[in-house]
Formats: sequence, C-alpha cells, structure tokens
Amino acid sequence: MIGVEHYVVVSSILFVLGVLGIFLNRKNVIVILMAIELILLAVNINLVAFSAFLHDLTGQIFAMFVLTVAAGEAAVGLAILVIYFRARGTIAVDDVNRMKG
Amino acid sequence: MIHVIAFYLFAVMTVASGAITILSRNPVHSVLWLILAFFNAAGLMVLVGAEFIAMLLVIVYVGAVAVLFLFVVMMLDIDFAELRAGFVRYFPFGALVAIVLLAEMVLGIGAYKAGAIVLGTPDGTAATPAGTSNIQAIGTLLYSRYLFLFEAAGVILLVAMIGAIVLTHRQRSDTRGQNISKQNQRRPQDATFNVKPEIGQGVQI
Repeated sequence: MIGVEHYVVVSSILFVLGVLGIFLNRKNVIVILMAIELILLAVNINLVAFSAFLHDLTGQIFAMFVLTVAAGEAAVGLAILVIYFRARGTIAVDDVNRMKG
Repeated sequence: MIHVIAFYLFAVMTVASGAITILSRNPVHSVLWLILAFFNAAGLMVLVGAEFIAMLLVIVYVGAVAVLFLFVVMMLDIDFAELRAGFVRYFPFGALVAIVLLAEMVLGIGAYKAGAIVLGTPDGTAATPAGTSNIQAIGTLLYSRYLFLFEAAGVILLVAMIGAIVLTHRQRSDTRGQNISKQNQRRPQDATFNVKPEIGQGVQI
C-alpha cells in the first residue's frame, strides 16, 4: 500500500534534483529558475501528501500560498532576467559581479 | 492495485522529467519537460484526494508560469552552447552534494517510518467535514480562518506584478507616442496663418 513515505521519497528526490540543477547549470539563469520551480514543486508534494494522510487541510492551504509565492518569484525573476539581457546581451550569471553601482 | 500502479507511474514520470529538465541541452526542451513534471505531480496530488491543488498546479504552473518561461526563452536571443560550458566541471561536486542531501533525507524518512519521530497530531479543526468535497472544505477554511493570509497572498501577487512591470518598462525614444496635453493646448492660430503672395511669387514658410 502506498503510504506517506512513498510521497516523501518522491518529493525528496525532486528536491535534490532541483539543487543539483542549480549546481550543474551555474551559468544559465533560466534553468536555475526552473530548478527553483522544481524545488518548490517538491515542497508542495510534501505538504499535500502530509495534509492528505493526516486528514488536515492546512497543508493544502499552505501549498496554495507556496504556489502564489512561486508565481510571483518567477515573474520578478524573469523580469530581472529580461532587463539583464537588455543591458548585457547575455544571461551568463557568473560575471554578474561586474554589475556595480 | 490500480492505485499503486498509478502512483508508481506518476512518481517515475515526475522524477524522470525533472531529471531531464535540469540535464537538457536546450532550455526550450527543459521548459517542456518541466511542464510534464508538473502534470505528473498534479496526478500524484489527485491520487491522495487533493483535487483543488492539483487543478491549481495545472492552471497556474502549466498555464501561466511555464508559458512565461517559454516566452522568455524564445524571445531572448541567447547562445546556449556557451552557457553549457563548465557543466562537466561542476558535475562531480554537484553530484556529491546531491547524494549527501538525498542520503540525509532518506535517513530522516526511515527514522520517521520507524516511529522514532513524533511530529504531533492534528487537532482535527482543519479536517475535511463529512460529506463535503475537497474544494468546498478548502474554500470554507480559506475564507474563514486563513482570510488574512489569503489577502496577504493577493498583495504579494500585486507587488510582484507591479515589480515586474516597473522593471521591464522603458521609455523608448524611437517611437512617437501621443502627448494629449500638448494636443489640447494647440490653438488654430499657432498652426495656421494666412499669406497673400504676389502673383508669380512663391511662398516662404
């Protein structure tokens, strides 16, 4: 039978994949943002699984708030990406430290 | 039985498409695999009876966020091959961190399953009332106990929207916009005048 542990294992694998994605694509901000989305998705799966197995809806409410913040973060992150590209002509983030003042 | 098969199908698809998302060469493919991961995660949530969050995931993530990603990836003219540089160099360290993190998490889950950790039990005030659907119970809870948090979430979305507009808005000099107050201040005598040229002579403006 499928228990809460199965869901937690899936979500922890997804979380680790997100962290790995940030490490591997260190230059490409778009993929870093996608990896952050993966991490937030793992958090959501965790919240929903515990909420369902403990018969407590608070987890699903919080999953909704996580979803809200993720949407806002994606919008602002992509906006920053667009103005960075407009100013520099590239999105390689390993030379962001040139951005001063 | 069908529940177990469905769980493993959705779980394997979620993890596999998440892995391809971070390993894919082309960010457009990454976005598409991310969409598949979201769909399968929504399937996982349907399996535990959280239909509302599952549908929200499909609508908000697939319908809005993933399309936003696609727009940005396709609009910016980026040399992606150059951004891949260092991928192999970072791989051993990243894999090490990932393995350590996963081992710790699995250890924690094992401890939880063995009963060594007591996470506390819900008091039952947020349980789904008998005879109501998932979405009805969430709505009742959201508009009563979590009303202020719900409104705060709305404010966060508003701030994010204004922030994105302020960041990306720019005054372009090469376009001719409409200046309404200038149009309204314009009088006929500023724009036209009578001349009476001699016959055979041109008009000097």
